[in-house]
Amino acid sequence: MTTAAVLTVDDLAVTLNGRPILRDIDLRVQRGEVVAVLGANGSGKSTLVKAVVGLHRPSRGEVRLFGTPLEEFRQWSRLGYVPQRSPVGQGVPASAQEVVASGRISHRRPFVPMRRADRAAVARALEAVGMGERARQPVGTLSGGQQQRVLMARTLAAEPELLVLDEPNAGVDLFSQEAIAQTLADRLHDGATVLVVLHELGPFAPLIQRTVVLREGRIVHDGSPDGLDALMADHGHHHLPRARTPLVPEVQAPLEGGA
Amino acid sequence: MLDILVSPFMLRAFLAAAVTGLSAPAVGTYLVQRRLSLMGDGIGHICVTGVALGLLTGTSPTVTAILVAAAGAFLIELIRSTGRASGDVALALLFYGGIAGGLVLVSFAGNGAFALQGYLFGSITTISVADVWAAVAMAAVVIILALALAPQLFAVANDEDFARSAGMPVRAYNVLIAVLAAVTITVAMRTVGLLLVSALMVIPVATSQQFARGFRVTMLGAMAAGAAAGLLGVTTSAFVDVPPGATIVLVSLVGFAVTAPVGAVVNRRRRRRVPFPVEEPTHHLLVDEPHGHEHGPGCGHEAVEHGDHVDYIHGDHRHAVHGGHYDEH
Repeated sequence: MTTAAVLTVDDLAVTLNGRPILRDIDLRVQRGEVVAVLGANGSGKSTLVKAVVGLHRPSRGEVRLFGTPLEEFRQWSRLGYVPQRSPVGQGVPASAQEVVASGRISHRRPFVPMRRADRAAVARALEAVGMGERARQPVGTLSGGQQQRVLMARTLAAEPELLVLDEPNAGVDLFSQEAIAQTLADRLHDGATVLVVLHELGPFAPLIQRTVVLREGRIVHDGSPDGLDALMADHGHHHLPRARTPLVPEVQAPLEGGA
Repeated sequence: MLDILVSPFMLRAFLAAAVTGLSAPAVGTYLVQRRLSLMGDGIGHICVTGVALGLLTGTSPTVTAILVAAAGAFLIELIRSTGRASGDVALALLFYGGIAGGLVLVSFAGNGAFALQGYLFGSITTISVADVWAAVAMAAVVIILALALAPQLFAVANDEDFARSAGMPVRAYNVLIAVLAAVTITVAMRTVGLLLVSALMVIPVATSQQFARGFRVTMLGAMAAGAAAGLLGVTTSAFVDVPPGATIVLVSLVGFAVTAPVGAVVNRRRRRRVPFPVEEPTHHLLVDEPHGHEHGPGCGHEAVEHGDHVDYIHGDHRHAVHGGHYDEH
């Protein structure tokens, strides 16, 4: 064993409200890798990354971050999660700067004001996504793409080693997608590791070294994105096989007694 | 005529109104942020049971109210976070349980029903010296925690999932906000009354956020608006024979109504200055071919869903309308 994997998923299964969403998931991500998770809507992509960052408890199997089982993992600033942007606005306005500063929370202690290093990290993160000039603007008045860049900056503010992104290009204009892809490329250059859920590769395509395709809660492909390139060559994006398959099997499985 | 304003009972009323006006919006900002504006109302109703318990057992209604309210707040958070019922249903369950329980309990207390009135509608001018200092102390704790833990409380209220992924004890902070709300309500029940307490947690925030661009500024502005409403309300009720609690809430509402048109103008100006996002794709090809018709349903070209729009298959390529031209996809 040369280097410990940044992320190890062993025989993972996740059941939400009695519905089995993920099963037989084995995944190992090494330092410096960029892994894209692809799959149709409802295939379990978001559930997988949520299980990886500790938002869903496995019903079976184990997730390890930097070699430590998730239940014992405490070095939270090494993990950076960028959730899917929620279209629901907040009740109270918050400036881009305030939202990004909240990403610094894993470095801070209660009752201790922000230190110089915290402020510098927030400013750097805003600059990195090209939102430095909009720092004082309320997030609610930004475009969808700009909001996604703010969420990206919030995660970058913690200066994490493993970045886990959930559909960073959903409902995001191409300019912002490219800005986010460029930011990721910079982080990779600094030695970061990336696990990213994508609906289509888009501007992320040049970064992706490996793709994991989920279908109905199982991994059906894990390897180089080469096979996907042919599809994407004259196409700009990737249509997944049987993307329009109805999700009936997920509903039926529990009723059929797991047959 | 102005002597009345410096009489001891008025000074006590001013002090109570000021600390209520400062502390209620401080906690209220977090509740509004989490879209739980009516949480204050729910806890206020639970307090009725607490007050009734105090009246029935002859102990201090403030102490029993704070205990019952804190327990209720904890329960609301528990129901909400375990997903057994949605936030508003959880509130409603305790809401009606609290007020019904209180009314039944107080019926055993003989003339306690009369005493309950003072808590339901507030009785700021009969507040005792000990009550005022208790209110000041509790409000100080609430304000200090709401401000000093602002980074943590904001992170949790802004995005629970993200906060959890950053290793924060999200449920503990949610319970803290709920308990702070319970304490605030106990402070405010003597000034504006349990039935109106939620108004002071929400209206000043609504007033402030019309002008503020950030969370912290909204919170500080709401505290200023709340304190001003408290002091103005008490002053008004000193000269006109109106109940002080309801007057404070009305003054607060008038403050919102008066500032709303100004806020609308400020917001319109602000939005107009928002730069237009760069939507122009950098590597999309523009199609130059002559295009005699507009694509649409039934135009004869096959339509294919593509993300958030529709592509039309046109000869050997496909494209989508983008502004005044077609983008090759």
